[in-house]
Amino acid sequence: MAAGRYDAIVIGGGHNGLVAAAYLARAGKKVLVLERRHLVGGAAVTEEVYPGFKYSVCSYVVSLLRPEIIRELDLSAHGLDLLPLESTVTPLPNGDYLARWADHDQTRRELYRHSPRDAEAYDEFGKLMYHLAFAVKPILSMVPPDPASLSPGDLRSLLKLTNHFRGLGDEKLYSLIKLMTMSSADYLDEWFETEALKATMSASGVIGTFLGPRSPGTAYVLLHHYMGEIDGAFRAWGFAKGGTGSVSEAIASAARGFGAEIRTEASVARVIIENGRAAGVAMESGDEIRANVVVSGIDPRRTFLGLIEPDELPSEFVRAIRRFRIRGSSGKVNLALDALPNLACLPGTGPHLRGAVSISPSIEYLERAYDDAKYGSFSRHPYMDIVIPSMIDPDMAPSGKHVMSIFVQYAPYELNGGWNDARHEEFGDAVIDTLSEYMPNLKDIILHRQVLTPWDMERDFGLTEGNIFHGELSLHQLFFMRPAAPWADYHTPIRDFYQCGSGTHPGGGISGASGRLAALTMLEDM
Amino acid sequence: MLRTTPFHARTGPLCQAQNWRRWAGYVAASSYELTHEREYHAIRSTAALIDVSPLYKYSVRGPDAGRLLNRVITRDVDKCAVNQVMYTPWCDEEGKVIDDGTLSRLGQETFRLTAAEPNLRWLHDNALGLNVTIDDVTDSIAALALQGPNSREILKHASDAELDELRFFRLTSARVQDVPVTISRTGYTGDLGYEVWVDAERAVSLWDLIMAAGESYGVTPAGMLALDISRIEAGLLLNQVDYIPANKALLETRKSSPFELGLGWTVALGKDQFVGRAALIEEQRRGPAWHLRGLEIEWESLEEIYAEFGLPPELPTIAWRTSVPVYSNSKQIGYATSGAWSPTLKRYIALAHLRAQHAEPGTELAMEVTAEHQRKSALAKVVTTPFFDPQRKRA
Amino acid sequence: MSRPYDAIIVGAGHNGLTTAARLAKAGLRVLALERRDTVGGALVTKEIHPGFKVDAACHQIGALHPDVVGDLDQALGVTPDIVRCDPVVFAPLIDGRHLLLWRDPATTAKAIATLSKSDAENWGSFVELITKAAGLLETAYERTPPDLLSVDASDLWSLVRLGGRARRLGKREMMEVARILTMTVAELLDEWFESDLLKGTLGTTGVTGMFQGPMAAGTAYMLLHNHVGTENGTVRSADRVRGGVGVLSHAFRDLARSCGVEIRTNAPVTRIAIKNGRATGVVLANGDEIEAERVISNADPRRTFLDLVDPLDLAPRFVRQVQNIKYRGACAKVNLALDTLPNFTSGDAAHLGGVVSISPSLDYLERAYDDAKYGEISREPYLEAIIPSLTDPSLAPAGKHVMSILVQYAPYHLKGDAWDDSRNSELADRAVDTLAQYAPNLEQIVLARHVLSPRDLETDFGLTEGNIYHGEMTLDQLFFMRPVPGWARYRTPIENLYLCGAGTHPGGGVTARPGYNAAREIVKDVKRS
Repeated sequence: MAAGRYDAIVIGGGHNGLVAAAYLARAGKKVLVLERRHLVGGAAVTEEVYPGFKYSVCSYVVSLLRPEIIRELDLSAHGLDLLPLESTVTPLPNGDYLARWADHDQTRRELYRHSPRDAEAYDEFGKLMYHLAFAVKPILSMVPPDPASLSPGDLRSLLKLTNHFRGLGDEKLYSLIKLMTMSSADYLDEWFETEALKATMSASGVIGTFLGPRSPGTAYVLLHHYMGEIDGAFRAWGFAKGGTGSVSEAIASAARGFGAEIRTEASVARVIIENGRAAGVAMESGDEIRANVVVSGIDPRRTFLGLIEPDELPSEFVRAIRRFRIRGSSGKVNLALDALPNLACLPGTGPHLRGAVSISPSIEYLERAYDDAKYGSFSRHPYMDIVIPSMIDPDMAPSGKHVMSIFVQYAPYELNGGWNDARHEEFGDAVIDTLSEYMPNLKDIILHRQVLTPWDMERDFGLTEGNIFHGELSLHQLFFMRPAAPWADYHTPIRDFYQCGSGTHPGGGISGASGRLAALTMLEDM
Repeated sequence: MLRTTPFHARTGPLCQAQNWRRWAGYVAASSYELTHEREYHAIRSTAALIDVSPLYKYSVRGPDAGRLLNRVITRDVDKCAVNQVMYTPWCDEEGKVIDDGTLSRLGQETFRLTAAEPNLRWLHDNALGLNVTIDDVTDSIAALALQGPNSREILKHASDAELDELRFFRLTSARVQDVPVTISRTGYTGDLGYEVWVDAERAVSLWDLIMAAGESYGVTPAGMLALDISRIEAGLLLNQVDYIPANKALLETRKSSPFELGLGWTVALGKDQFVGRAALIEEQRRGPAWHLRGLEIEWESLEEIYAEFGLPPELPTIAWRTSVPVYSNSKQIGYATSGAWSPTLKRYIALAHLRAQHAEPGTELAMEVTAEHQRKSALAKVVTTPFFDPQRKRA
Repeated sequence: MSRPYDAIIVGAGHNGLTTAARLAKAGLRVLALERRDTVGGALVTKEIHPGFKVDAACHQIGALHPDVVGDLDQALGVTPDIVRCDPVVFAPLIDGRHLLLWRDPATTAKAIATLSKSDAENWGSFVELITKAAGLLETAYERTPPDLLSVDASDLWSLVRLGGRARRLGKREMMEVARILTMTVAELLDEWFESDLLKGTLGTTGVTGMFQGPMAAGTAYMLLHNHVGTENGTVRSADRVRGGVGVLSHAFRDLARSCGVEIRTNAPVTRIAIKNGRATGVVLANGDEIEAERVISNADPRRTFLDLVDPLDLAPRFVRQVQNIKYRGACAKVNLALDTLPNFTSGDAAHLGGVVSISPSLDYLERAYDDAKYGEISREPYLEAIIPSLTDPSLAPAGKHVMSILVQYAPYHLKGDAWDDSRNSELADRAVDTLAQYAPNLEQIVLARHVLSPRDLETDFGLTEGNIYHGEMTLDQLFFMRPVPGWARYRTPIENLYLCGAGTHPGGGVTARPGYNAAREIVKDVKRS
């Protein structure tokens, strides 16, 4: 074996790239990860932007990290520690609030206060979602088949899939179809009457998408909240001790433990293609590194339109990648705080500050926030999902001080007139002003604020158009169509070149599933 | 915070054991004293006062109240006279039990339904097009069960009700001094007993008055542990323990029909459309696949099992609520859902779901018993419930 | 007394009459009962002002099922005269530019070239794709939706492939159609075109009658739906009936009668009689009970199950499903009697024979929807205006005209208050004001206005919440999900009670397809019994 020649090069040290590298290395392959920035993790990083305060700069909660990845890579031995987020509180304009707590009886009582019928419906809804999450789970952990192919493998896979669905029985099958095609607002209207409940639940359906709660196709994300329960990862929405960067570090540590080499500040300029096969990468520095296979963890647009000469790809495929929808819609504001914020609806320190605060008082509120973005403005009154990581992990801030993470939607990448410093600050102001309506002391306790627009996310994290999922999770961009049929099985039109990022099935969130499935596919080919 | 019942000002300080459990989002005392023994015996020999306020209670009123209830429950509401109470289950479309409770007819068009689980949505769903008002009165009506041989005398002292006239499963309005109450001759112990329904705001007064009136009759506040043993002796089912409500079951096989639960007597197939009727007619024709029956675990067999380890039988003095396999010739043919040592009967008893062909009373089966970390089978005989049925219950 | 009826049809809309006629042809004794004094449902031509007649509600028809066209031909000897205008669409802009869509793709491409060269180049391929995709849908529309759980799924797949082959679609093209089905019409059009006017004009076919904007997933499907069975290459066809759609209603009536169907008008059904879970007849408002072997409802599913059937005869879960059907009417009609022809600032009077479409961009459409989303009438609505008197002078006195305008969005559920005369008048003002921006003389030439709000559509034509499709045509309410999941095969949980209206597969539009398919299923059951 020629020393120095790698079996595989992974482009991009985001969490999916790292997962792929770890699995490849675990199988004995000689793997090199190339990361453009000075640290690994991509959008899952913890950075001390303001002295003493650690921000989970971009991604801030760990939602669906596959338990099998935690087990197979032994991530707990590499420092991964996931702490539960206990509750969600939605402050209301009338001074009241709606809370959902970790305890069933407490949640029921709270919902009952708003609507006795909703309190009951919530349990039945939960039961259905539990069933459906169970039904969908196998799909998330399968390599998408190509329905148009006649290959025995694809046909087998399709048959398995159809049998699986038919095995669900009519009620669940139809519910699943409704869930896949309806808007979260319409779907929840069938169950609930409490505006704030519907709004807060549907907010999770629009995170990261350029869609409003009334947009068809947003309902199925409601499932995600129930995914964890069937995985033995009860209360799957959690916070990583040390911030989300520690997830990336744990995976990187596992990868290194298996022998993978990780280079930071190593920017790839293009993929070297010889005789129609990927043969390595050319670095910005001019160096060339050779490998048997190359896999890209960065998004499909940057991968195929940035790293590859267009004439190396079929024009049909290039067209499909060009039209792959990848619009960014969200921003992030991180705050260093001198003290704890005070919620007007729940004054003082309480368990609610260890959970999420959701600014989503009604469907109409969210929908109007979306309307602003549709026509190229950031939301004047945005949807916000807020956590105070230092309440869960005191190491995130100096003693007595706090950090606050504010996920903000909507902020379109294509802003009318474009993003500039002034608009950037205006956006930050809109966030703080809106939030101050619910947290009256907020402005007095801010020590530092970091504002990230989609434009910043593109520049800083390489997320095309600032889309946090590497491409919208709309129906026609899922499963065998992600990123484009028939290249949803982690292969690409170029031999020995693979994709493993969030722009492939199942995509989205810090799940690592794309990276794992891609690595398993590659290992099978090898 | 969990909710406390309207009697908490009294029950709280009384609970020496600090032994609380959850019941429908409320805290309920498991036992007041350090052991539940005396509380159990009060049920069977004197009188026990049990706070049953957490029961879900629905007020159903209006011209179509009877129609709605007839549509929902399996029994025939038309046969329920004013001031009568009916025990009844209710089913989903497939004839599987959703819940069970008592229906009190307080007036021609006024009913109160109790339930173990929330049912407001289900009642509303079935009320489409009907002129009826449904209110959840769980929080506004408190309830005390006064159960045991002395219960009648105590209530006669405490209230102005004509209790000698009040037959089993009848109710009457009355006053306990100045506190207006409804007294029903019902309960969950299988003994002579009453349930007293009161406006939550007057709850504490009622407690005090009954305790005072009962002092010389040995009235004893009793918790859930004592109640659990007595309800097993009485063969009374517990939702989420002895059956899984159809609307919460994750699997079809976890659901049970009234026939399968031994509640066939509550199914009025003769009445007009009610939810589940078609399925129940079909099931009656076919015969149920399962039967819920009593099991008496044979003492000799228990003794033998424990003797192997040089031990006397270890008995469940606190009722258990886990699924325990039941065998016929070493093949599993059912599962027991709750069981206890009956201090009154001096028998180890259990409630079990048995496949129909093994459910004939008198059939010899075996129930799993774990002795000294090892799984053994104790002989058990199928019996009809109730295990304990004193004459005073109905007299 | 003669033998009892084999079938009673509740509601003599065009689908009800289609089912009635086909059942009668199969030898059944059929009675059709109609609440109103005339048959045809929303296919009605009305005098809105002395001497001015207009298609009051529905003003254009879809592609009728070919067999039904054959039936009409055979029974009547003459088919209603379908007016096929050319150009099909005239879409003006305030700045004087305009777009024309012609029946011939090449001519249309030339017209588009004035807006965008690249759009003109793409037009031919786009039309080809739409035609093929709509063809594939037509294959599905000819069939009763399969029961997903009983049909072998591979059969289903081969069926789709078969359909694809029949339509000369390659595998990849089939995948492309599958991709389109769940898209938004805005996404679809953005992939093909750059001209706002072209996209706005085409986008309307994805949202007409829908409480959805063009940025809603599933609206691309609706665009395809509206092209099922249309003449090859014609996009946004707008067929009308000479003499008004009422002529078509009469044709359906005559066809049914000629097959032996007994039709009674002014005979509102108040209840479907059910004994032991089986439909046995109907009860009329006057108390008469008419028995029949089976009852077939052309009323929409909500009316059928929640108004005509005692809820006690239905399982609560089914009732909940029916309650969950989304209706939410989104459009209204404003009909005008005009003193003279409106004078458009762009284009040519010769282009006014088809549809005058006011929808300058997808954003315009979306903004119109935004208003409705919050319970308001669109400040600037999308308008689909037709001047039928241009091609059919008998509809208005000499030199005068009638104009029929479909106005969208007009939400059934208004925020705050309900529809009344003043809101109707506000709606008419919005329509006229909007159109007057393109034809400035309009306000002066209006002799009379006639408005049908979604509430009026409900009251007058029995359309729940004014939904012209008997239930939204959204992805979750199509195929085996229409009208409710599990009951898409025209049968219902009540034995011998069937549905045959647009609330069933393949849904709304004047196509007679639901009625045709329902009759086929009913005949199957009759033969089996």
